[in-house]
Amino acid sequence: MRTRTGGTAVRYTLLVALAVTVLLPFVSIMLAALHLPGAQISGLSIPSEWSWRNFSLAWEQGNFSNLMRSSVIIAFCVVPLAVVLATLAAYGLAILKVWGNRALSVGFVLGLTIPVELVVVALYFNLREVGLTNSYLGIILAEAALFMPFGVYWMQSHFSSVPEELVEAARIDGARDLAVLVKVLVPISWPAITTLSVLYFMWSWNQFLLVLVMMQDPDRRTAPAGLGLFVGQYSTDIPLLAAASLIVIAPIVLVYLLFQRSFVNGITQGAIKG
Amino acid sequence: MAEVPATSTSSSRAGSARDGGSASSRTRRPGLGGRARRARGWLYVLPAVAVYAVFAIWPALSTLRLSFLTWDGVLPATSAGMDNYTRIFRDPALYEAILNSLVLIVFFSFIPVLIGLLMTALLIGRVRTGMTFFRVVFFLPQVLPLVAVGITWRWLYSDRGVLNQLLELVGLDGITRAWLGDYHLALIALGLIGTWCMSGLCMMLFLSGAQKIDTALYEAATLDGAGAVQQFRHVTLPGVRKEITIAGVITTIAALASFDLVFVTTNGGPAGQTNVPALLVYRLAFNEGNIGSASALAVVLTVIVIAIVSAIRFFAREGK
Repeated sequence: MRTRTGGTAVRYTLLVALAVTVLLPFVSIMLAALHLPGAQISGLSIPSEWSWRNFSLAWEQGNFSNLMRSSVIIAFCVVPLAVVLATLAAYGLAILKVWGNRALSVGFVLGLTIPVELVVVALYFNLREVGLTNSYLGIILAEAALFMPFGVYWMQSHFSSVPEELVEAARIDGARDLAVLVKVLVPISWPAITTLSVLYFMWSWNQFLLVLVMMQDPDRRTAPAGLGLFVGQYSTDIPLLAAASLIVIAPIVLVYLLFQRSFVNGITQGAIKG
Repeated sequence: MAEVPATSTSSSRAGSARDGGSASSRTRRPGLGGRARRARGWLYVLPAVAVYAVFAIWPALSTLRLSFLTWDGVLPATSAGMDNYTRIFRDPALYEAILNSLVLIVFFSFIPVLIGLLMTALLIGRVRTGMTFFRVVFFLPQVLPLVAVGITWRWLYSDRGVLNQLLELVGLDGITRAWLGDYHLALIALGLIGTWCMSGLCMMLFLSGAQKIDTALYEAATLDGAGAVQQFRHVTLPGVRKEITIAGVITTIAALASFDLVFVTTNGGPAGQTNVPALLVYRLAFNEGNIGSASALAVVLTVIVIAIVSAIRFFAREGK
């Protein structure tokens, strides 16, 4: 106990130093964004005159009304679609134990290591043939597919941990397959489903390469894709770029802080069971 | 999980259900409930398999096929044999990109694992005030879109950015520069952004592993007179072995397949010093119309990812 006070001081000093390193970039773009539009900034500097105008300027010039709408449309379609499909598949694999369930499960797990780059090249040309490039539908289905291995795997490992008696009891009561899933399994799986939804939302919101390749129409790009190209146009206007970045960051940070626990559970447990 | 077919009496209905399915269950005699259910289960699995097969597996295989062709995306493709692959090893721009991505593993994977361990060491133990705050903050970079992260760091690293300001503050005016434009240091500067992003993820994995360690082990170590450092070495570290492997795998994939960050910060520059495979795949396929080479590079990248991930898993198992 005597040496602990010294140790605690060192511990907190290191923790604060690390936290400052993590937060410094945020503070610096916050300050940059609050300068007058077009201001020349060097380093961390307190604005001589505080101004929110960069946000409205960035919103207009970056076409963010359209970008945000696309991001929301895509995320709000991908999340339910991918979560429902993954849950149904996991139910078939883990509870109904369809023929070939072992091989299928292994197939999905292997899919976890395939980089997007391998898929995206041919995907573009395949979808171009059937007119699904430059469309929300193409991106939504492609994202759902890319996220599928993790979702199936996540829900499957969750369903396998449900006591078998629970399912058996429902069956004896005469519940059909779908009823077992909807009335028994889903209600007790909300934490796992929430985690999966939050992760899917994050991945969909942050997806860049896929959208960059699949969507040429500047009005229907997602916020990160639009931001990626916005940089090229306004590379020297630091306050404007900082404001634009904060606009794109804000929704995901908000979701993170609200669902902080789900985020952490999903990323750690999902990875560890693998 | 072993396959345990549910038991009940066999019937003709189950037989007809099987006819529609595979013949592989010939030897088994599961009853009506089990067998029919296993057939019906396909209704549940099929939508996911269909979407996955059409939008991931098929394109992946198509990319493999394209890697043996010469194609500009418009005119008919011609066979290229192995040319696209041999080009990767002859063209310095291409193989240097692969080498660069291997360097990035140090910054995206190796250093974050070390920092993650440090963070874990600082955060575990009895609940202290503010620990949740630190955990939430350390993990934050991991949830951000990398495009926004890249823009932020471009500014931090710039000529008049925060890094140079800090260096001047401590009297190191001599070494200030535009870091991402420096021929020798750009790749390292880029890598350190990855370190900033990935350390929190590693920490979160280690923390969840450390929570499962039996607290009796710590008490025993304390009784044996082990200090905080020794406790960490002999109790915590062995306890998070599995998580270290997982962190290594995830961050290595992120390093090798990194695209977003490079695209917005350096776009491969200066003079190709920060080219990475993903960037060249994109450029070759969608800017230069050289789809064969792009595909071959994507295939090589995938092979490298799988090889390194397998190697990490193998050594993790050997080391036990």
